[in-house]
Amino acid sequence: MTDLRDLYQEVILDHNKSPHNFREMPDATRLALGNNPLCGDKLKLYVRIEGDRIADVAFQGSGCAISKASASLMTDAIKGKSLAEAETLYGKFHELLTGPPDVKADGAGLGKLAVFSGVREFPVRVKCATLAWHTLESALKNSHDVAKTE
Amino acid sequence: MSAVTKPFPEARASTYDVEAIRAEFPILSRSVHGKPLVYLDNANTTQKPRAVIDAIRRYYEEENANIHRGTHWLSEKATEAYEGGREKVARFLGAASPKEIVFTRGTTEAINLVAAGFARDLLHAGDEVLITGLEHHSNIVPWQLACEKTGARLVVVPITDDGEVPADEFESRLTPRTKLAAVSHVSNALGTVNPVKTFVALAHARGVPVLVDGAQAAPHIPLDVVELGCDFYAISGHKMYGPTGIGALYGTREWLEKLPPYQGGGDMISSVTFEKTTYNALPWKFEAGTANISGGIGLGVAADWLSGVGLTAVAEHEHDLLVYGTKLLSAISGLTIVGRAKEKAALISFTLENVHPHDIGTILDREGIAIRTGHHCAQPVMDRFGLPATARASFGLYNTRAEVDALAAAIGKVREVFG
Repeated sequence: MTDLRDLYQEVILDHNKSPHNFREMPDATRLALGNNPLCGDKLKLYVRIEGDRIADVAFQGSGCAISKASASLMTDAIKGKSLAEAETLYGKFHELLTGPPDVKADGAGLGKLAVFSGVREFPVRVKCATLAWHTLESALKNSHDVAKTE
Repeated sequence: MSAVTKPFPEARASTYDVEAIRAEFPILSRSVHGKPLVYLDNANTTQKPRAVIDAIRRYYEEENANIHRGTHWLSEKATEAYEGGREKVARFLGAASPKEIVFTRGTTEAINLVAAGFARDLLHAGDEVLITGLEHHSNIVPWQLACEKTGARLVVVPITDDGEVPADEFESRLTPRTKLAAVSHVSNALGTVNPVKTFVALAHARGVPVLVDGAQAAPHIPLDVVELGCDFYAISGHKMYGPTGIGALYGTREWLEKLPPYQGGGDMISSVTFEKTTYNALPWKFEAGTANISGGIGLGVAADWLSGVGLTAVAEHEHDLLVYGTKLLSAISGLTIVGRAKEKAALISFTLENVHPHDIGTILDREGIAIRTGHHCAQPVMDRFGLPATARASFGLYNTRAEVDALAAAIGKVREVFG
């Protein structure tokens, strides 16, 4: 069970049960849909941009614990950040997920997002943890395409 | 080629010895994540018995050559082995002749072959193709492509809350415009066994031919296509303890003669000039290019092996697992079984309250238990039940009650993690 606890850390289970920023946002300036057809995860991401800042961000949808917690923690992490800061964060987060499984992830600069360090031991779950971020990317590009992780 | 004679090879034993059967599958003795493998993903693909593995190895080690065109000894041996595979498949399905068996890459290609033929010559604007709400994507999308090309319309028979397709609903959607009905024998997502014999009778009464997707039925139910009366029957090798990349389409001689070739190339011709090509006889008219020779051999061996175990005994054994598993899983709080057809193959699709199927799959995997999670290539079925996905445990002839116990215990672990 130890490696399962690495994956399903308490913070992740909490955010899965009670996700933050889980709501509609009528005044969103950007909207994107994320879809992971393999697992049936579906995510709608709302972003309100003011200047070059993410003034507000929220999401709705259904998905596995990893994808839901990742979306929840992402919204917490990027709210108030500049677009450039959000992008840097995504880069670091991606490294955390895809680094070699035998090397302990350091999670520096990631704050609470570091709870996803266990995901690298479960390569098939990486796409679950990145769905929200892919969707964010597509929202920021303002593309109307559905973001997909497969 | 000789006509196919019935009955099946003698069943080996009067009592079902699951341990002896397990011993024939080398992979079943391995462990996964330090736990004994419990393989409950049989509707996805089945494991292979030693007989099939050995047949493929023996072909490559002793008989490998191209078929139908060599004058040399090896080519003759390879041709015999491959065509022998076809005869075994014909016998397995109860076909009147091996000429009615076309080797394909699998069920998907078999359905595409028929759909492409219909789209080319037999479907026109305003015609209808009838399918059911239970179908796998492979029995939906080829017909959508055919309809798109011809202006025909896809008509879908709805399913009930239990996951059944009522015969009267099927009948009421047969119209003078219906050109073909394509129905699954056994649903891969819910396990429902469709009353295909009734469907065939209803369709034939109106002159409508029927294609049956038998991918999930072949490893579970004794088959006799002549008795079913269907016009086409499609199977996949890898779902019936045979190799991947090989399957078969049964078609009545009448229909196979009527259908145009699927692909052009070598082996499917009788003579070629730049002005005109004459096609080969059945079934080779549909087999362009060098075939999956070892696959055909392996599928034949799998068919004989399965008949040797005896599908009536297999069906009984699996039904016991289904009944036992349904009882055990129903007792788990928050667990809902999706698909409660009265006639059901040994497959349990389920959801667990507040836990996504993907998370169930990961936790079970760490216990050595392989199941499938997701939409099972049947998104319309999931939509019908308002679900994004389910977890699915599907049983094979080598599974045991102890493995069903392990499944139930592991679902308990999921509850431990998720509270």
